[in-house]
Amino acid sequence: MAEVATARTYRLHLMVCAGTGCVSNHAFELKTALEREIEKHKLENEVTVVPTGCNGFCERGPILVVQPGNVFYQQLSVKDVPHLVEEHFLKGRPVAKFMYFPPEEKTPVPVLSDIPFFKKQVLVALRNRGLIDPEKIEEAIARDGYKALAKALTEMSPEAIISEIARSGLRGRGGAGFPTGLKWQLVRNAVSPNGGAKYVVCNGDEGDPGAFMDRSILEADPHAVIEGMVIGAKAIGAAAGFVYVRNEYPLAVNRLAVALEQARAFGLLGRDILGTGFDFDIRIKRGAGAFVCGEETALIASIEGRLGEPRPRPPYPAQSGLWGKPTCINNVETWANVPVIIDRGSAWFAGIGTATSKGTKVFSLVGKINNTGLVEVPMGITLREIISDIGGGIPGGKAFKAVQTGGPSGGCIPKEQIDLPIDYESLAAAGSMMGSGGMVVMDEDTCMVDVARYFLSFTQDESCGKCTPCREGTKAMLDVLTRITEGKGVPDDIALLEDLASAIKDTALCGLGKTAPNPVLTTLRYFRDEYETHIRDRKCPAHVCRQLNIYAIDPRLCLDKGKGCDVCRRNCASEAISGSKGEAHAVLQDKCIKCGVCADVCAFGAVRVE
Amino acid sequence: MPKLTIDELAKMRDRTRRTLVPREGGEFRAKINVHMGTCGIAAGARAVMTALIEEAERRSLQDVLLTSSGCAGLCSQEPMMTVETVGKPPVKYVNLDPAKAREILEKHVLGGSIVRDYALGVGSEKTDA
Repeated sequence: MAEVATARTYRLHLMVCAGTGCVSNHAFELKTALEREIEKHKLENEVTVVPTGCNGFCERGPILVVQPGNVFYQQLSVKDVPHLVEEHFLKGRPVAKFMYFPPEEKTPVPVLSDIPFFKKQVLVALRNRGLIDPEKIEEAIARDGYKALAKALTEMSPEAIISEIARSGLRGRGGAGFPTGLKWQLVRNAVSPNGGAKYVVCNGDEGDPGAFMDRSILEADPHAVIEGMVIGAKAIGAAAGFVYVRNEYPLAVNRLAVALEQARAFGLLGRDILGTGFDFDIRIKRGAGAFVCGEETALIASIEGRLGEPRPRPPYPAQSGLWGKPTCINNVETWANVPVIIDRGSAWFAGIGTATSKGTKVFSLVGKINNTGLVEVPMGITLREIISDIGGGIPGGKAFKAVQTGGPSGGCIPKEQIDLPIDYESLAAAGSMMGSGGMVVMDEDTCMVDVARYFLSFTQDESCGKCTPCREGTKAMLDVLTRITEGKGVPDDIALLEDLASAIKDTALCGLGKTAPNPVLTTLRYFRDEYETHIRDRKCPAHVCRQLNIYAIDPRLCLDKGKGCDVCRRNCASEAISGSKGEAHAVLQDKCIKCGVCADVCAFGAVRVE
Repeated sequence: MPKLTIDELAKMRDRTRRTLVPREGGEFRAKINVHMGTCGIAAGARAVMTALIEEAERRSLQDVLLTSSGCAGLCSQEPMMTVETVGKPPVKYVNLDPAKAREILEKHVLGGSIVRDYALGVGSEKTDA
């Protein structure tokens, strides 16, 4: 019988966030300091320090949550530790100065569940976040880990498992939203050539700019993903599985590897799982970080050791996937949802969300938002609730302008649609998509043409080059967008962009190319006037496109406030500023290269951007 | 590491679950608050806390919350602790030692009857909230 490493009862559990965000903010140093200080006070038998996956409130890291009591400490540093340990963990006096103070408020919110960021979240895929050490399988088991697996292997037929998943309404969390139960049924029905194997694959090739949902799930609760895959393997009849994860996610790769080893040691993976006679094992395939490998046929090629390039579908991987065998590919978050559906039942899961989009969705909330972080919300929640209530609004009193969902394949949703409910259909109708869960918030200082240019430069860079529409088409679109942002746009450019977009959508080989024009199309749909202003007036309303800016110095401000300090002239590399110390300065427009340095260095706000 | 069977998996779940109870914010039948101000610690509150932890461990208690707080204001009678059981007013105990603490745990927390010999009084100070 396996020994339990954590059998001791401690009166205090210090849950240190050890997601990638907090780790890069020295969470491990914090953990070591806590342990040292606890030992100094001889509290090591009373107080335990537990590293967990991402807590979610990345903006406020490094984070420490004290249980019992759910006391939330934030932005801690090693030097805070002696005071905190003595006051709170020894003497029982929580320390207000390390707690969360809502913006503009003078009293802290001591308890995590009272903080607005956490209040509206519903944790299903992230059910164990902040509660377990992801490197201790016993803790995952204590939180009902592998309970659903035991049920699936002993009490359920493969058909029963599939119909339970189908009834739950679970849809693919990787972006497209294909019904998971249906996909499993297709793979189960598919006949493997020569009676050979079938495979399950976990797609962890998360590549959208600003997205970290899959990484965080793998870091916080790798056993949820493993358990989901074993259940899926039983349902479709697979004997082997792969997790495709980016090598640039070292913490996720490492925690997954540890989890796989522990699961094997406990007989939850490998031969004769739980003594039921079912054999299944999982290997990690580390990807080199190519965006296209998130596309399932390219991912398959990469696992097989070939160049990560897509191929035409059909045949779909459900018929002919890895090494030509029927293969079930689901995203990390999809797999993590499976055990809890089997354990708690499809009716429970289907009770969350909307008519067509069931359950929850994990988003990484980034961009111009106060509370950057990882959030899990029920489907059907509005953008407003996510951005205002959970996200805490836009920093610096700026106005909300748009939110980008679905990454480079998605689109920008304007402020007029802030009450849009988050579900697959609503987002698609708005011209965007659910995507894997990246959510980039933009404020009034964002230029939408520049945003479209950025995403096109991303997809153009990541295009594998196999098909002409994507290779040449994205480049042509990027050229047009670049010239618009440089003030060289011509009136026909908008029509040209639309033509190119529709040609690429219709003819590109894979999802990367087919969806690459989306950021352009949605910004054209909602922010057409910005394109027109760039082209017709040669102006960038947000002053982001520097080539369109005119820099001018207000002579009175320069002289009255700055006393003609001369800093701008000395910093101007193209000698485009006239005047000497003590005089009012001026920009020589014919020499100005619009680098913006004068505006950046002027301490008196005398350089105007028009 | 020997492999688990279905029964062993369930047993491991139950056993480890007990150690995670403090993290999960569930219901506790009682809360024991050992006062750990400087005065309390000097008078022996740490030994009281240690005794309570060991006793809770020995009895595999899952639903008793052990916590600490600052000085209760009656420094001359430390070590002190406050016991709150569900639905009952808190009881303050004074001049404690490990043996008395174990007795209170058994008779009051688990048995439900206040140990009058060590009790200071029932109830708490009023606070203006």
